[in-house]
Amino acid sequence: MARAAISGRLTWQLAEAVDVLTETPHVKTIAFDVADWAGHRAGQHVDIRLTAEDGYQAERSYSIASAPNGTRLDLTVVRIADGEVSPYLADELKPGDRIELRGPVGGYFVWEPPQGGPLLLVAGGSGIAPLMAMIRLRAAAGSDVDTRLLFSSRGWDDIIYRDELERLNGNGLTVVHTLTSSQPPDWTGYARLVDAEMLAEVGPSPAERPRVYVCGPTPFAEAVTEALVHLGHDPQGIKTERFGPTGG
Amino acid sequence: MPPISRGFHRKRQPDADPSRVPPGQYVTGDFPVLSAGPTPHTTLEEWSFTIRGAVEEPVSWPWEEFVALPSETITTDIHCVTKWSKLNTSWKGVSVDTLLGAVQSEAGYVTAWSDGGYTTNLALEDVTDGRAWVAYEFGGAPLEPQHGGPARMLIPHLYFWKSAKWVRGLTLTVDDEPGFWETYGYHNHGDPWLEQRYQGD
Amino acid sequence: MDKLMLDGNAVAGLLQEVFAAEMTTAIGSCATCHATDPVGATHVYLGAGIVLRCPHCDNTLAVIVRDERRAWITFQGIRALGLAL
Repeated sequence: MARAAISGRLTWQLAEAVDVLTETPHVKTIAFDVADWAGHRAGQHVDIRLTAEDGYQAERSYSIASAPNGTRLDLTVVRIADGEVSPYLADELKPGDRIELRGPVGGYFVWEPPQGGPLLLVAGGSGIAPLMAMIRLRAAAGSDVDTRLLFSSRGWDDIIYRDELERLNGNGLTVVHTLTSSQPPDWTGYARLVDAEMLAEVGPSPAERPRVYVCGPTPFAEAVTEALVHLGHDPQGIKTERFGPTGG
Repeated sequence: MPPISRGFHRKRQPDADPSRVPPGQYVTGDFPVLSAGPTPHTTLEEWSFTIRGAVEEPVSWPWEEFVALPSETITTDIHCVTKWSKLNTSWKGVSVDTLLGAVQSEAGYVTAWSDGGYTTNLALEDVTDGRAWVAYEFGGAPLEPQHGGPARMLIPHLYFWKSAKWVRGLTLTVDDEPGFWETYGYHNHGDPWLEQRYQGD
Repeated sequence: MDKLMLDGNAVAGLLQEVFAAEMTTAIGSCATCHATDPVGATHVYLGAGIVLRCPHCDNTLAVIVRDERRAWITFQGIRALGLAL
């Protein structure tokens, strides 16, 4: 039984936006400062709450995309066209604006350098967020543990954190992309949905007993997990976080 | 009052006559999909609707016979306990009056039961006199599985958890027997106009 | 597989709010099929309330109904729940 991660009653804390970055045409990262932030583990998320002037409230959950860094935490938001919260966060929110958040939450879908590897991280679209926190933490800790990221995106311009991943590639980290909808003219990489053959090629093999983290929309997570088990990976070694159409 | 997030507001709702919106509800143009479990995928060949329990003789209709029963087109407002209301929804289905007319019973309650194990309980007066249907079309098309197809209960005067998705039959009971959500915290009756959401309301 | 299905990570905040403890690493055993899994690996469905189901046999493990001020939690199908203290 794993030791309890972070305990204690959760309370809503005030978070101030300090920076907004454009990742892709539909995706922004918002950096927040939370005065009494006690830190977080890579893979955890926060629940956020917005209150309108008439008292209406909406809550959503977002994975923390940044490695622990004092009172700062980054959330990556995909703008859903007819959503209620994501268009506000992606288009309206400015540095200085405030939201409430509580967390960090989750002790199951986390990774820390002492846990070692090899690591297999499989991301579908915005599912990259919690895995990016793990990759960033790994880099900050100077870890060279064998880590392979298989990242599924629609097209080249949809790859979230694309440039940073290119910079971090190396030192034991291998980044492999698959582009499922459209590919650049000179593309020689994978151009289909993640399947067993692709996972077998990216590795590590089941015999190496990797720690596997899968994150993305439910159909993606289900297909990947099924393929991994089919290849012989131990189901107990696979942790999954499913993103759903919870609001938008 | 929690801190206000500058510029945040509720998603724009369709205009609606307030007298059609029960207390605590908001009107949506969407049709949110909520479920207590995996979507069943019963084929029409496998499907049947059964009335059983405290009846003289149980009765069962396979699909072809069920959709050949006298049916109605119903346009109505629906209200979910999670606070959304959807106005002017249109359905086609068989009145529960028609179905209960095929059995003899002294029982005062029914339990609607569904593929996947879901149940909900109703008093007889809540499903008779033109207040309830078993619906198999929505918006002029066959009811989709995510919204309860092949057929679901349609009982618009109560919160929509009473309109059981994937319904396969009614069991007549002498005593009121709380169903799934009624057991786990929701109100036994569920009248949206009295805001009967939770146990004890 | 239901594309709306989530997992126990989705209720981590709610459970921690109620129990004042990290719950996704709590290990539950299913009363129906006896499989054991962390709460984080359970299948979660959002209906009128929240339903946690066994990822192996779909048995209802727990149901959570809540409003702003109260929550009803029923551990319907969990034989035992183990937490590190």
